[in-house]
Amino acid sequence: MLQSTGKSGEPLVEMKNAGVHRSGRWLVRGVDLTVRRGEIVTLIGPNGSGKSTTVKMAIGLLQPDEGTVRRAPSLKVGYVPQKVTVDWTLPLSVERLMTLTGGLDRKKIAEALEAAGIAHLARAEVQALSGGEFQRALLARALAREPDLLVLDEPVQGVDFTGEIALYQLISEIRDRTGCGVLLISHDLHVVMAATDTVVCLNGHVCCRGTPENVLKSPEYVRLFGARAGETLAIYRHHHDHTHLADGRVRQADGRIVDDPHMHHHGHDHIGSDCPDGEHDHAR
Amino acid sequence: MLDDFFTRALVAGIGLALVVGPLGCFVVWRRMAYFGDTMAHSALLGVALSFLFEINLTAGVFVVAALASVALLFLQRHGTLSTDALLGILSHSTLALGLVMVAFMSWIRIDLMAFLFGDILTVSRLDIAMIYGGGALVLLVLAWLWRPLLAATVNQEIAEAEGMRPERARFIFMLLMAAMIAIAMKIVGIMLITSLLIIPAAAARRFASTPETMAVAASLAGAIAVIGGLNASLQFDTPSGPSIVVAALILFLLSLAPISLRKPAALKSGGKT
Repeated sequence: MLQSTGKSGEPLVEMKNAGVHRSGRWLVRGVDLTVRRGEIVTLIGPNGSGKSTTVKMAIGLLQPDEGTVRRAPSLKVGYVPQKVTVDWTLPLSVERLMTLTGGLDRKKIAEALEAAGIAHLARAEVQALSGGEFQRALLARALAREPDLLVLDEPVQGVDFTGEIALYQLISEIRDRTGCGVLLISHDLHVVMAATDTVVCLNGHVCCRGTPENVLKSPEYVRLFGARAGETLAIYRHHHDHTHLADGRVRQADGRIVDDPHMHHHGHDHIGSDCPDGEHDHAR
Repeated sequence: MLDDFFTRALVAGIGLALVVGPLGCFVVWRRMAYFGDTMAHSALLGVALSFLFEINLTAGVFVVAALASVALLFLQRHGTLSTDALLGILSHSTLALGLVMVAFMSWIRIDLMAFLFGDILTVSRLDIAMIYGGGALVLLVLAWLWRPLLAATVNQEIAEAEGMRPERARFIFMLLMAAMIAIAMKIVGIMLITSLLIIPAAAARRFASTPETMAVAASLAGAIAVIGGLNASLQFDTPSGPSIVVAALILFLLSLAPISLRKPAALKSGGKT
């Protein structure tokens, strides 16, 4: 069993100067990356920037052509790949999907499905699920294994915006509860910000890294995503900076729970503002 | 009991169908129909080589079918041609090579039709022992391989990331296929082996809710096809191998019929499909 206390901080994967070379070019090069127990690391970057390649190197699906990748001994990985299609001819219920790579008792399966919010779909065939439901099923499957390292390649594909936020919320809760390390890929920083500790911005190499707030402000990030990136982000920040709790209260990015829904409305008033810095200040 | 040639044929055919069912499911799930066909066609080359070097026929066919699949995997990884084209080349060139070699070997008489379309009515007790012995071995290995192979079928990357070694699973599966082809050749013949793999599995799909039940249902469907096909062949004096395939086809068509089978409640409320 994983504990969130005690073993925290132990490195699960350590990449040093790692790179993959294919048909005459480097897909990604010079990646230094460490994922520790209890840490959420997010990779962002434009298309073809080597995010998936980096993740595949981290979990051993690809061997680095230079540099080194070290994984903790007998590391248990839970992997949610970018795209999974199951042939119609294969009768596979969500329940059966859970035990794809290892046996589990019924209780753990039920818990994982519950956590992913799809307990009602346990007996549904995976081919009948919507994109978002299937993503949740895949996430539940990876979770149920109680992995040391949870790896998610664009876990929100086919999930609508609110579902996207809920999914990241879930990933963050899982980390809090099990203390596993999380390595995830996202195409947009703004949605994952609240749920991530470290952001690594890739574009064939690591162009910047740090806390989400720092990466957002770094000139490399702005150059990569365009000057307007900060602006758009300022708008989105209000969507994820806080969470609406069931009782109507609001949980803010820093974890404080406030009763005042006013704060939230105030944020939305600023949508479309052309003053991103102001938004940042406000968000704090 | 095994004195009667028809009983021997039935026992042999049913034994084969039971083994082929689960293998056929994987062929369907992994979209390997043409791959299976290629391996089966290469069996004729195996037959020719076995006669040439005077080695055991079943062993010769097994080795050549396994080599054909390995060659295909290698070409897939290192060649530039599409898998589709590679399969077309391998499939028909091995078949043609076999036919040409057989024609050159004028010193022996080979009943080509028996190899191409099977001759289930001539199975011996030894053949039956081979089917049940070899078949049991194939099923045992498949049972042991089940989880990694199924995981790799759903998603190769998940399987690999989570320590299931999908490449190894695939390779062992190829060997099982080669073994099955070597055993099945005499029953339905090289040209029709793939149909025995695919049609019962496809017919079983609708009645299955898990991969495991589908494998069992495919075995049963295959056995029914063998019983039906052989009896029809006796009745109408039709060739036995093709008759079995036609029986399987009828089963498959029946499985498409719009009747509710798993929801008796829906039937009561007016036969809703």
